Amino acid sequence: MTGTVTHHRPWPRRMADAPGWERAAARLAAGEGTLLALWGEPDCAHMAILDEGAASPGIEVLSLACPDGRFPSVGRVHAPAIRLERAMRDLFGLEPVGLPDARPWPDHGRWGVAAPLSASPRPAPDEAPAYPFLPVEGEDLHEVPVGPVHAGIIEPGHFRFTCDGETVVRLEERLGYVHKGIEGLMRGAELDRAARLAARTSGDSTVAYGIAFARAAEAALGIEPPPRAVWLRALMAELERLANHLGDVGAICNDASFALMHAHCGILRERVLRAAMTCFGHRLMMDRVVPGGVACNLDAAGIAALRALVAEIGARFPRLADLYDRTASLLDRTVATGIVRPDLARRFGAGGHVGRASGRAFDSRRALGGYPPYDALRFEVPVLEEGDVNARVWIRIREIGQSLALVAQILDRLPDGPVRVPVAPARGEVREGMALAEAFRGEVFAWLRLDAGGRVARCHLRDPSWFQWPLLEAAIEDNIIADFPLCNKSFNCSYSGHDL
Amino acid sequence: MPMRKTFLEGLLHRPVTDPPPALDDPELAELGRKLDAAARRRLGRGLAIREVDAGSCNGCELEIHALNNAFHDLERFGLRFVASPRHADVLLVTGPVTKNMREALERTWRATPDPKWVVAAGDCAINGGPFAGSYACVGGVAAVVPVDLHIRGCPPTPTQLLKGLLTLIEAP
Ligand code: SF4
Repeated sequence: MTGTVTHHRPWPRRMADAPGWERAAARLAAGEGTLLALWGEPDCAHMAILDEGAASPGIEVLSLACPDGRFPSVGRVHAPAIRLERAMRDLFGLEPVGLPDARPWPDHGRWGVAAPLSASPRPAPDEAPAYPFLPVEGEDLHEVPVGPVHAGIIEPGHFRFTCDGETVVRLEERLGYVHKGIEGLMRGAELDRAARLAARTSGDSTVAYGIAFARAAEAALGIEPPPRAVWLRALMAELERLANHLGDVGAICNDASFALMHAHCGILRERVLRAAMTCFGHRLMMDRVVPGGVACNLDAAGIAALRALVAEIGARFPRLADLYDRTASLLDRTVATGIVRPDLARRFGAGGHVGRASGRAFDSRRALGGYPPYDALRFEVPVLEEGDVNARVWIRIREIGQSLALVAQILDRLPDGPVRVPVAPARGEVREGMALAEAFRGEVFAWLRLDAGGRVARCHLRDPSWFQWPLLEAAIEDNIIADFPLCNKSFNCSYSGHDL
Repeated sequence: MPMRKTFLEGLLHRPVTDPPPALDDPELAELGRKLDAAARRRLGRGLAIREVDAGSCNGCELEIHALNNAFHDLERFGLRFVASPRHADVLLVTGPVTKNMREALERTWRATPDPKWVVAAGDCAINGGPFAGSYACVGGVAAVVPVDLHIRGCPPTPTQLLKGLLTLIEAP
């Protein structure tokens, strides 16, 4: 059974047979195309492949029916798929045949149910079997387990370090602690409830998730949000990027014991959040992006507040960047620390500052023609090659400059008009849509199917962290364990976005 | 040069720190009254807080972080975050308590010496919030450890968090 599925927008979805699926996996393994997403349904597996180099660049979505609950593993030949397939097995009971890792991923044996999203979930005892970490052999090696509860105010996850003296010879991550079952809660949810769930997948990227979800729903239903709404979305997205990057630059320096940067960046971050509160009524701008447009507007006072914000950060931040660049004790910690090689970033399709600090220029605001209003805005996507903590700091510093310029452009050119159109479900028809939205840490991928009643039948949200967490394991190798917090913060992957 | 300039400016400008929040929230006042006055005397004006993310979306953590910035300056009230539950008087817990975090939360609570208080921050921590009913969530901190104070909000603003925490040390 092959052929194109109707009502899947904006890129087509094709049914593949098993050989076609395996050919796609082999192409990924050969570096032709980038794995964008891989997700399950009770009797079906899907993958999205980004093909930027093709004659007609685009995204290809392939689906394989799995009536017997099995599909050929992509992870068998293409490592970036491994954790995604472990999650598909845990959640949907789909067996990736040939997957080299038999261990569970989000399922810690605590749910009281196995394969909760499959057609027939099975009761399972709550007994939390011991998780077998990969064996390590060698003289003089010792293990350091860290987490899930960490020393700082950060999300929970477990890190298992194997060290030779101070040097880390291997890090293995164990995640899934904050798995909330968001995709399960999405099933059968009305669109507005589903949008609120999407907005709480990773709170630091709530605007980006809002945009990804809304755009996927709008694509499915063939709805165009009004121009003013599209521009207000971008305005909020850039404010979110500014707030996060400012927070991160400060926090990275703080992890290198340079508290002054932390204090000053913290002030600028707080200014962004206060401006967001003034303009949009919520410091993180949660639930302001909705399918059909935005649930807020911007008045003259708001515009003035944002212009003042841009002026203040524009005046103060360059000096902080200069301070970073001239503080030898700080650079000593960040330069040549935690290197991600460009070939690894490319292979994993790492987005955001992790990818761009290692030579991968992908930015969904730009790629494949971009999405509105970015196709009408001027901005640069900074790219560096070094791949170290310093490069990840510099990508953020440069992106802060770009976001300030974007906010200014948007304020200058913000179109008038309505900010929301009614979202009429396509009653009686199943519809599917997908979208990318550029969060501060990379692209959020959203895919959904709306049932004939307009409710969400299935929604998959893939955080950029899925393809960044594995690179952190590689980046810390041969670094001293004391540099781990610094490396980790320079990535700033989302636990919640990944665990879902 | 940039360092000296930044320091000088810091000395010459007025601090950005907000005035202390007014403790005028009737709901918090009610909760505050319920807290044992004797225990409050023992705590004095110092509170060591251990934050535990029990499945949050990380929105609550962002605002808890903001308590440390120059505007909110948590430490001027004698409140500070500590790295270990063994040093803590208060557990500040966020999230709907995922089943995968339940044991870690219980163990953190047990590791915290008596007398101790648990503050559940954010709508999720109260009853699971938007995640209530999921196969993967317990749904609320009180289902796992005894809770002394709830702070509403999604996420609660730093000011709301500050007001809530201050009711632990100040009779409203
Ligand atoms: S209360 Fe809101 S912000 Fe806090 S963890 Fe829950 S969803 Fe996130």
